[in-house]
Amino acid sequence: MIEPSSPGTGPAIAQSSPLPAADVVVELSGVSKVFGLSGGRAAGGTVEALTGIDLAIHRGEFISLIGPSGCGKSTLLRLVGDLTSTTSGTVAVNGKSAERARLDRDYGMVFQAPVLFDWRSVQKNVELPLEIIGRSKAEREAKAREMLDLVELSDFTDHQPWQLSGGMQQRVAIARALAVDPAILLMDEPFGALDEMTRERMNLELLQIWDRTGTTVIFVTHSIPEAVFLSTRVVVMSARPGRITKVVPIDLPRERSVDTRELERYFELVTEVREGLRAGEGGAGLAPAARVRAEGLSA
Amino acid sequence: MTSELNEPGLQPVTGVDDVPDGVVPDLQLSRAEDELDQDLEAYQPPTPRPAAAVRRAWVRPLVGFVAIVIVIAVIWEGTKWIAGDPWDVNSILGVPVSIVHVPPYHWTPVNDINLPHVWLILESFLETDANGETLLQGLIGAALFTFRGAALGFFLGASVGLTLAIVLVHVRFLERALLPLLVASQTVPIIAIAPVIVVGLKAGWLSIAIVASYLTFFPVTIAGIRGMRSADPRAFELLRSYAARDRTVLWRLRLPASAPYLFTAFKIGATASVVGAIVGELPSGIRDGLGGTLLTAMQYYSIQPERLWAAIAISALLGIGCFMLVVLAERWTLRNYRPTELGAAP
Repeated sequence: MIEPSSPGTGPAIAQSSPLPAADVVVELSGVSKVFGLSGGRAAGGTVEALTGIDLAIHRGEFISLIGPSGCGKSTLLRLVGDLTSTTSGTVAVNGKSAERARLDRDYGMVFQAPVLFDWRSVQKNVELPLEIIGRSKAEREAKAREMLDLVELSDFTDHQPWQLSGGMQQRVAIARALAVDPAILLMDEPFGALDEMTRERMNLELLQIWDRTGTTVIFVTHSIPEAVFLSTRVVVMSARPGRITKVVPIDLPRERSVDTRELERYFELVTEVREGLRAGEGGAGLAPAARVRAEGLSA
Repeated sequence: MTSELNEPGLQPVTGVDDVPDGVVPDLQLSRAEDELDQDLEAYQPPTPRPAAAVRRAWVRPLVGFVAIVIVIAVIWEGTKWIAGDPWDVNSILGVPVSIVHVPPYHWTPVNDINLPHVWLILESFLETDANGETLLQGLIGAALFTFRGAALGFFLGASVGLTLAIVLVHVRFLERALLPLLVASQTVPIIAIAPVIVVGLKAGWLSIAIVASYLTFFPVTIAGIRGMRSADPRAFELLRSYAARDRTVLWRLRLPASAPYLFTAFKIGATASVVGAIVGELPSGIRDGLGGTLLTAMQYYSIQPERLWAAIAISALLGIGCFMLVVLAERWTLRNYRPTELGAAP
């Protein structure tokens, strides 16, 4: 059971690392996030979204954040990407502040929806970040073609995004995110809106891309099998306030395939993550009656 | 536990060349599935429409328009047949006829002064004045003069409207402070504003254009503000994650996203600018445009009502023409946008 902790003094479950500091890409220490502090609302209207988050992510890792709705996993991702700011604690990315890292264009962002620009062709959508960072036309075109090749959409460069299926659109979004060679790929439930079949295929493709590019991935998901299948580590979170309850290292073979989902170890890990989620549900902060109910459900 | 915990992260990142054998079948499997994906799910874009289809797209609305004009003319004459003034017609468009008819009912609004016979209006186009110029020629000249003022006013109004929208979107304080004033500006009748502008700036094409722009800018501002905020909030976050500057967000996201909204406002503005140009001509004493023509025709209305109707018809056609120009520009500009509704009219 995790004791409720104040920011900065949280339990060090995820912190321990034998690696040299140079290999740490993202380091969160004592991070908390409270919504509703500023603005017109009364003090009673605040929501503690995250508390006592400590996590170190190493170069080339594939980290999944999993937890119930409202556990702050998306907020955590947005904190790393400097799309929102911390209330307390620090976020260091490649030894810099998250804002510095954003200004240095260290991030690639993929959302649950593809968020493609309707008026731009598939090719031009992938070129967009390269335009923003001021690459030459020739460079942009070559890089975008390379990225579209990577996601196997070379035949669709001149299509408009709305002419593609949902899975294909999401692949364009991934190509766009990878176009700037980001140090960190931030993915917020990227396959959440896809059907199960497409989702599993996209999982395989994402792993191949990760293999080829070697980028560090932080991946938010609702799906336990998806988290276990993709990750090197699964970070299990619980809600109210959002915190890390468990970190499950995934010791499956690095090369994963459809067969991986049939390995005994895979099922053990899925069970471990599921139990971690349940422990979080019935954990600290609940009234005894609620805890009994939660434990009864998990029995 | 700790070393185990981080072990996966310790593994060197493998490039595509040193992927162990075990992964190869999956790559192939994934490709095969991928082709399936593309075959099953890919939406096939519509092939370019053949020339005949494009022609049909233009001919149909035109035929429909002419048909409706004919229907209106038939209703017009039908009402006069039932309740108008007594008919004693010797010729229609140069064709000698002999129609003598006393309508069974009498309804004053459809008498020969309010609603002159349709053929009289058409015939009036060919009446010549003292200089040997037909009324139609005169009206076309006047329409071109008014078009110049309206077009200038449209571009002026659209530019001012869009600039205002851009400023108001970026400075929230100004939006709250200025928007009520802009709304108030539109509640003042244009006919009251026109003399102020015309007298203030001296009668001329510039004052006419400014009166026209007064009616054009407002819908553009309102639609622009709405359109520039219409994009997916995540699209703004995406640009933020690339550390894009405000100017980049404006050019790459806000303006393209607002284009469909802006064109709706441009259509309103195009017709309004014609009204504005005509009204602008009235207090200026300029007689070269449709405003002057309408003013003259109004003075002679009780004697030659068909001349006013002829001027009204040309004014309406000018408005339709300006609207269609915007529709053409819209079709070209939005050709790559997601179609909103299959076969939707502009």
